[in-house]
Amino acid sequence: MKKLFLIFLFLFSFRIIFSQNILSSGEIHGNFSMDAQYYNPDSSIGAPPVPEKMRMQGYSNLIYTNGNFSAGARYESYLNPLTGFDPRYKGSGIPYRFASYKVDKLEVTVGNYYEQFGSGMILRAYEEKGLGIDNSLDGFRLKYVFHGIYLKGIVGTQRNYWGKGPGIVRGIDTEVHLNELLAREKDSTYHPSKTEITFGGSFVGKYQDGRQVTSGTSTLNVPQNVGAGSGRIGISRGKINLNGEYVYKSQDPSAFNNYIYKPGQAVLVNANYSEKGFGFYFGAKRIDNMSFKSDRNATGNDLNMNYIPSFTKQNTYSLLAFYPYATQPNGEINYQSEIEMKIKKGTFLGGKYGTDLAFNVSQAYGLDTTHLNPATDSSRLGYKANYMGIGKLYFSDFNIEVSHKFSPKVKVLVVYANEIYDKDVIQNESGFGTVYANVGLTELTYHFKGAKFLRMEFQELYTKQDFGSWAMVLAEYGAGEHWLLSAFDQYNYGNDNSAARIHYYTAAVTYLKDATRISLGYGKQRSGIFCVGGVCRYVPASNGISLSVTTTF
Amino acid sequence: MKTISIFLLTFCFLTAFQGTGKKIPSVQIQTLEGKNVNTSSFSNGGKPMLISFWATWCSPCKKELNTIAEVYDEWKKETGVKLIAISIDDSKSSNKVAPYVNGKGWEFEEYLDVNSDFKRAIGVNNPPQTFLVDGKGEIVWQHVGFKDGDEAQYIEALRKVIKGEKIEH
Repeated sequence: MKKLFLIFLFLFSFRIIFSQNILSSGEIHGNFSMDAQYYNPDSSIGAPPVPEKMRMQGYSNLIYTNGNFSAGARYESYLNPLTGFDPRYKGSGIPYRFASYKVDKLEVTVGNYYEQFGSGMILRAYEEKGLGIDNSLDGFRLKYVFHGIYLKGIVGTQRNYWGKGPGIVRGIDTEVHLNELLAREKDSTYHPSKTEITFGGSFVGKYQDGRQVTSGTSTLNVPQNVGAGSGRIGISRGKINLNGEYVYKSQDPSAFNNYIYKPGQAVLVNANYSEKGFGFYFGAKRIDNMSFKSDRNATGNDLNMNYIPSFTKQNTYSLLAFYPYATQPNGEINYQSEIEMKIKKGTFLGGKYGTDLAFNVSQAYGLDTTHLNPATDSSRLGYKANYMGIGKLYFSDFNIEVSHKFSPKVKVLVVYANEIYDKDVIQNESGFGTVYANVGLTELTYHFKGAKFLRMEFQELYTKQDFGSWAMVLAEYGAGEHWLLSAFDQYNYGNDNSAARIHYYTAAVTYLKDATRISLGYGKQRSGIFCVGGVCRYVPASNGISLSVTTTF
Repeated sequence: MKTISIFLLTFCFLTAFQGTGKKIPSVQIQTLEGKNVNTSSFSNGGKPMLISFWATWCSPCKKELNTIAEVYDEWKKETGVKLIAISIDDSKSSNKVAPYVNGKGWEFEEYLDVNSDFKRAIGVNNPPQTFLVDGKGEIVWQHVGFKDGDEAQYIEALRKVIKGEKIEH
């Protein structure tokens, strides 16, 4: 208590002394988020028992800025983590604090920071609160800009729940913006060429103590330093954008790749073309043994130093998102193509208010590999991969989306999707096999006067595999400026086990005003996979009341 | 104990800085063509700006910007507003932003914030979140989420801002 009093006294005097002068030109802002849930026992849906009955997790960020200086901290509390989040988050504390200063072209950050080099395949420290991912670095970062040349250097260790990973991460990145570089002599900041070119390269290394690990019956000598290098280029001209990146990683035996010594490689290309009313996208990548973690013994999503983007459509409607793809860092070939177009108003298909069309196709395959016999594979490379071949189909998604406005009051959206999902590979399970699903969806929005509207979704997922077919109805009513009422029912009508043909219903009231959102709900949540950007977490079934509050100040 | 001290810390800081206007934080982001831009350079010649955080995977965000796109010309004419759309799509989908934006025919100023640096600096929890910046560069109003009809709140707030009136909280 004495300590608390002293802190208070210090802060209070701090306030009085500084609020009048030095700090008065600065500002504080931040945000707050909290999710709480009360759990009812419900063995019929397989909800795990929750002895605490109620759990809560949340955070608040506070950032102070004054000219070129900024500093901030985040307080987090998980008492205890909600079901589906890693129990290692249990507890409260300040896992994120930083100070940063800019002097001319140099920017220095000390403490925690997030960073990405290129597409992130060589380095990405980021946070995704919904997935419980936070692999921020703690150390130093320097950034320097010199006539279109952007340099970054980092050294740090990564956050691992309430602790730090054992490996030290070091990295440098250079990015050259040619148009800025060439503008130098002309006394302007930018070269007026229609073609915009950037290129760059990175080197990222990690050091982890320990020379030997035991895997099965063998003792292996492992490298303490592992390095990776990358090169990338981006070209943009008018309606066309192209970019690509290649990454090579040295021998990195780890628990995640079953301690093989094969070097890692990743290559990625993106292309898009767009003009008013029409957009086309194509992306493809090949990943071979590219898990990169700052602890060779880490598994799952822990301590990732890099990020492998998944080129699949991130569906938001519930049944469309039922079978989401999860990136396979050990090996995959994945491509996606998307077309977005607007049919003009006043045409036959466009009608009075226009029609929007979207097509998407994405697929992911394994690599075409030949496994090496461990008895003769003395250098423990694990497998040989055929660069030109493709392996087993892991995932496929084809979908068409049509939306049309019939009148200022009525809007309709229709989606059809065909999905193939290898549950064993994607969820790292066995015995489930591949799921073939067809999904249909209709969304109707009727706008009453002012801020009042009714939105309905009718969805059906048809499959003979896994849990069988599902149907869903959702109704959302906008009751004026600040209130939103919603209710939905997901019904597993096609389950082979008639006792498991359960209605998962949820009702919620949401209050929205300015920067604040408060939502109170009650219902049953099915178990499933929740993904953001190809990174997924398993959420067990639950039954209960949930409260969520977010605000920004 | 720790919790209490944090609350006290927050309290002291907040009371110390009461009344100071919140400015747009300075963060480096990119145009859809790959050019680096600092967010502190955002300006609209003394007229108001709306800064809206969105993503290609966020339905209410797309609803918000598609709705505003339909009335944008009228809003510009009446209030001089400029809308700056910040996509927080990461490298999984940042290359789909240009085809989406142009496919929809949006005429906003568009940027990419691929590792959510700007989103973090300004304090966005979840998209969509929109900030109204007055002619002096101060954030005077925010709006989270988007549902049909919310655009009326935006234009109402914009009308107040150009008249120099305070927006009720």
